[in-house]
Amino acid sequence: MICQEPKPILEISNLHAEVEGQPILKGVNLNINAGEIHAIMGRNGSGKSTLSKVIAGHPAYLISSGSIKFKGINLLELEPEDRARLGVFLGFQYPVEIPGVNNLEFLRVATNSRRKELGKNELDTFEFEELIDEHLKIVQMDPAFLARSVNEGFSGGEKKRNEILQMSLMEPLISILDETDSGLDIDALRIISSGINQLITKDNCIILITHYQRLLNEIKPNYVHVMSSGRIIKTGSSQLALELENKGYDWIDHEPFSKEDK
Amino acid sequence: MKQPKEWINSLPKPKGTLLDIQKRGRELFLKQDIPTHSIEEWRLTKLERLFQILDLPLSIKSEDEIHPSSNSSFSEQEDKISISLESNQDPLNSIILPEGIEKIEGEKLKKVLNDNYKKHTPGNWPLSINYSSTNKIIGLKINKKNTKELEIIMNAQSNSLNSYRIIILLEENASLNLLQKDFGSKNSAISTLVELHLKKQAKLNHRWIGQGSLDSNLLANCLVEQSIGSIYSLTSVHNGWSFARVEPIITQLDGQANTIIKSLQICTKEEQIETHSHVKFNGPEGNLDQLHKAIATDKSHSIFNGKINVEKIAQKTNASQLSRNLLLSKTARIDTKPELEIIADDVKCAHGATISQLQEEELFYLQSRGIKIREATALLLKAYCQEIINKISINSIADLPINNLLESLNQ
Repeated sequence: MICQEPKPILEISNLHAEVEGQPILKGVNLNINAGEIHAIMGRNGSGKSTLSKVIAGHPAYLISSGSIKFKGINLLELEPEDRARLGVFLGFQYPVEIPGVNNLEFLRVATNSRRKELGKNELDTFEFEELIDEHLKIVQMDPAFLARSVNEGFSGGEKKRNEILQMSLMEPLISILDETDSGLDIDALRIISSGINQLITKDNCIILITHYQRLLNEIKPNYVHVMSSGRIIKTGSSQLALELENKGYDWIDHEPFSKEDK
Repeated sequence: MKQPKEWINSLPKPKGTLLDIQKRGRELFLKQDIPTHSIEEWRLTKLERLFQILDLPLSIKSEDEIHPSSNSSFSEQEDKISISLESNQDPLNSIILPEGIEKIEGEKLKKVLNDNYKKHTPGNWPLSINYSSTNKIIGLKINKKNTKELEIIMNAQSNSLNSYRIIILLEENASLNLLQKDFGSKNSAISTLVELHLKKQAKLNHRWIGQGSLDSNLLANCLVEQSIGSIYSLTSVHNGWSFARVEPIITQLDGQANTIIKSLQICTKEEQIETHSHVKFNGPEGNLDQLHKAIATDKSHSIFNGKINVEKIAQKTNASQLSRNLLLSKTARIDTKPELEIIADDVKCAHGATISQLQEEELFYLQSRGIKIREATALLLKAYCQEIINKISINSIADLPINNLLESLNQ
């Protein structure tokens, strides 16, 4: 039997982070290899979104201790834009509206930043318009949204499609999708999940932050983690998400600390 | 700084069509108090910069010194009538105007000047500077709808005061696209007075670009009178002036008129740019849609004072004024003041003022897509200005020197 050596993409070790003097992350440990999908669940305020923003480099958070390595590189030393260029992608829970910035041009500049890193040629407007057609199909997005300002006046579902469109264009090695399923109707959830499934390869990995099993019915995670009070307190298979769906989070609180480091 | 009398004595002797107005202006100037910080309208002005203007001699560029490309021009084939105010010759001398636009000159012009003098508020210091010193005047009557753009360009002569006046009368149902361009040069000042009279149902789209350069100053007054059913739209962009004071004063004479004002001022280095707008509703059912945007960085100072008067007769006035400001450095300063005086009781007058920095979340969103902070900042600043710049709608935005400035903001 040939056993492939796991290729670590993200290694988070004893990560502590705070905002305005308030500790939020209190010792997160998480390792993710290429080809894996990890789901992170947990109550509101447990630190899931903070973790995603810290990985992406949001300046509001202070890292008090611990480390994040991305393919062996110390991610914490890099600016958010440099992390993105290397292949770290954050799909926002609430994508920001930027009036006056044309969506198509924004997507082109963002795509070129990553293409440069990948050693690909940068695309001019015409070349980019050809490229984007294929990617629009992945999320079944109406091209009319390209002519608007970034996310301005988009519905919740349209904003999330725009996020996955960006993921598709930027070819990240790790995508952290923060509640991508929130605000989506059933059809939109299927379309976006299908888009994400199309983008999964053996060389990249995904962190899905979600509250609901319904997303995990569409995208099967290899591991499910539960966060509470700024730490991962339990790790299991996709079965764990089903248990949470049935029992809620209370039963975990009553269990002895049972994190199974992978 | 020259004393007022000394400054008056330094000016050329009054002559020509402007003789009367220059004489009156000089008398008025000497009677007026010099602006001080105890006067509300001048409370924040760096007065030393204002007074430096009086040290500049009046521009005396003759026609021979003007590059031929800067001459006034019009041909039927072109989309615009271009009038240059560089030389001291009559700017309309060399130009044949299209049908529907006629010159106001001679006795007619004197009469208009006289009538306007009586109407305008005495006591406005920049106005009396213009009366005293103007040696270039354009008087035009617009009789019908015009598809051709009227472009008026002032390229200031360096080391001098450049003073000009424009009077445009729009007859009933007439329309005009007016593009006014004021360009400063080294150690210069421009004094401009633009008077626009819109008769019933007239439409005027006034776009105004004021681009200063090193040690340049601008004193700009724009006086507008609107009759019933008229539409006046002003879109302005001012930047690059060491000191600029822009005063659009609009009067809706009998109500039922529309006024739209979209303005942007960008202040960098140690510049001070002030806008003092005043909209007067003297009749019922008038509308105003006003948006003033400002950016201040380095050690600059942006001032906006938006006055609105709604007289008792002006019932059912619908006015909206919004002042949005971006403060980009700790040493820059922004002062913004809406000033509404409403006597009528059945009106809608909304106003708001915000001063903020670039949104951290917007910057982070762009950065998280691989866009460098410098590039992201420029994108956001450009987006902020776009709302106004789009309305200027010059062939391409690259024509606006404001782009260079946006880049310099980010350095």
